[in-house]
Amino acid sequence: MDFRLSEEQEKFRQEIRDFLEGEIKQGLWEPSCDAWIMGHDPEFTKRVAQKGWIGLTWPKEYGGQGRSYIDRLILTEEMLRYGAPAACHWFADRQIGGAIVHYGTDEQKKELLPMILRGEAYVGLGMSEPDAGSDLASLKTKATEDGDEFIIDGQKTWTSGGSHMNWIYLVARTDPEAPKHRGISEFFFRTDLPGINVVPIADITGGEHFNEVFFENVHIPKTSLIGERNKGFYQILNQLDYERSGMERLMANYPLFEALIQYTKETKRHGKPLSQDPLIRAKLAQLKVELEIGRLHMYRVAMVMDEGRAPNWESSMSKAYGTAFEQRLAGAAIEITGLYGQLSPQSKLAPIKGMAYHSYLSSKGYSLQAGSSEVLKNILALRKLELPTE
Amino acid sequence: MQLALSEEQEMLRTMARDFLSDKLPKTAVKEIEESEAGYSPELWKEMAGLGWMGLAFPEKYGGSDMSFLDLAILLEEMGRACLPGPYFSSVVLSGFTILDIGSEEQKAEHLPKIASGEKIFTLALTEASASYDADGIETKASAEGDNYTISGTKLFVPDANVADYMLVVAKTDKGFNIFIVDAKSAGINHTVLKTIAEDKLCEVVFDKVKVPKANILGEPDKGWAEVEKIIQRGAVAKCCEMVGCIQQALDMTVEYAKDRKQYGRPIGSFQVIQHYCADMATDVDGTRLSAYKVAWMLSEGLPCTQEVAIAKAWAGEACQRVMALAHQIHGAIGVTIDHDLQYYTRRAKAAEVSFGDASFYREVVAKEMGL
Repeated sequence: MDFRLSEEQEKFRQEIRDFLEGEIKQGLWEPSCDAWIMGHDPEFTKRVAQKGWIGLTWPKEYGGQGRSYIDRLILTEEMLRYGAPAACHWFADRQIGGAIVHYGTDEQKKELLPMILRGEAYVGLGMSEPDAGSDLASLKTKATEDGDEFIIDGQKTWTSGGSHMNWIYLVARTDPEAPKHRGISEFFFRTDLPGINVVPIADITGGEHFNEVFFENVHIPKTSLIGERNKGFYQILNQLDYERSGMERLMANYPLFEALIQYTKETKRHGKPLSQDPLIRAKLAQLKVELEIGRLHMYRVAMVMDEGRAPNWESSMSKAYGTAFEQRLAGAAIEITGLYGQLSPQSKLAPIKGMAYHSYLSSKGYSLQAGSSEVLKNILALRKLELPTE
Repeated sequence: MQLALSEEQEMLRTMARDFLSDKLPKTAVKEIEESEAGYSPELWKEMAGLGWMGLAFPEKYGGSDMSFLDLAILLEEMGRACLPGPYFSSVVLSGFTILDIGSEEQKAEHLPKIASGEKIFTLALTEASASYDADGIETKASAEGDNYTISGTKLFVPDANVADYMLVVAKTDKGFNIFIVDAKSAGINHTVLKTIAEDKLCEVVFDKVKVPKANILGEPDKGWAEVEKIIQRGAVAKCCEMVGCIQQALDMTVEYAKDRKQYGRPIGSFQVIQHYCADMATDVDGTRLSAYKVAWMLSEGLPCTQEVAIAKAWAGEACQRVMALAHQIHGAIGVTIDHDLQYYTRRAKAAEVSFGDASFYREVVAKEMGL
């Protein structure tokens, strides 16, 4: 057992911080909450790609760096700490590249991985449908084989990254006769094809990070199939373990925490800084306790992956824990900023850039995307604790 | 960074678990709790024979030269087994303190006897204020010639009823001293308090107790810095025990949920129960990760004020959540005196308030955050 980061890892962390602080100093972007999913900045993504920070954990033969998951966790932790606009490459880097490394053919690897590494693949995740949310295997979108092509028909919803995507990762039914889990396949293709229609859905903050995506007679090449035909559901289960594993499930609104701490030091009530009020101190300290426990969960997941195992319940545990924390943080931020906490970022009176308002609303979705907390707890109960299903 | 234990550590865990489950069924725990001594001298000797008391002491003092992290594994197993007795007092609170700041003479005299189990030590720190802060200490030590005279009343002193020696924290004119006091000295009287964990916490009255100056542990008048380290070490060790305690409560609860049938099916197949269990497991793992992290940090000699505060603040409240759900899932059988669960419930509550509760450590964290 060893909780120490290596000297190299500490240096890496410093290098990332220097880079991000430099970017902020140059005024290239401002730190913000949810920037990993809402902050689309193709130029930033290009600069990150140039640093070699996309595909960090992929094998070197595919252009990756062959580095550890702890290294990648350090990288994402710093991106989140600074609220960096990493949304363009986040999904491709987090799970799609890995899926192609894992399930792709040699040709797919040769064609697709370099594009991701260059930071040119803005990927949307086409999983949920109107009647297939937690019960993903009930999905109806069809992929019908036709010569050298598949034809896609159907509708996806809550498609993360849909507004900015140029590629989509899509799960669709390839065998309507088979039992529902066994007739699903995965595809990856460009979204500038005829028949694809993207309709943004405004979320509770007014932001547009998820979408409805309609597919009408969309012809995609057969080579878009990723992995084995009709085994898509099982591939997805594995990918979801990775999708849930990341630090964004704990630190999506971290910039709010730092701003809140600063706010309590600078804001006086009854002639004293708020930070000297025992109840506020206790509240902030408790958040810090919970954040640090969450970080241990996240590092545990990375350690599991570095042992070569899929974090098959660990990431469910860390995600359910982390998103609940993020929601408590956002709620506490409104309580601590008091009446001001209800002001939107557009208000000139809003403290801490209206982050409390924004984060409180946006955090409601955290415990739904990539597996609701209820689904995650089912996974924990069945996979880790081996409780019976009937 | 890696989480796996070494092969040696895994062996230690297996050995400890096998030994304790063999020697310490809950019937034995009950017997010991009800005994006057509050520990089993036979078991004590066997534990000493296994090298447990001296596990993390240097070889030259009769120890096995293992680390605090190794000790953490043992403490977790003791928590899992609900081991009653003065191990914590003698080894964690006293032995490590002597090792840390004792003179060569003091170490050579006392550590081998702690390691062999021949002598039992404890710590007399807290008082009527029930506080771990310096301003909660009233007991006075006045210098007279080659002696000090200690007067005052200590409260919640563990195992004073069986201790051969006590490390007594007392105020001097210029600060604090820690004295090694022979428990048989004239003027010392103890009364065992009836506590929730049945763990022989005592009231100890010191009435003009004479202690030679040579028995001062560490630098005269500068004792409080060490007291803080004792509290920190105690908190870390307590967290490790708590991991064992709630892990076992979780394991028992999951087993029960698999076996117990209502409405024609195991209650563990209902999602409500499944989610309760998932919440418990998440709390247990958070406690485990943070406890082992600070045990590792102590082992490595790294400064860890904030980390320890986080671990103990978390553990105290996580234990309460876990035990509440354990009871809820066990139903009525779990609140009977003959069911094993109550041993864990009582210990988890005592552990929450020992060596600082969540409120105490949240304030430490607040200071560390610069608030």
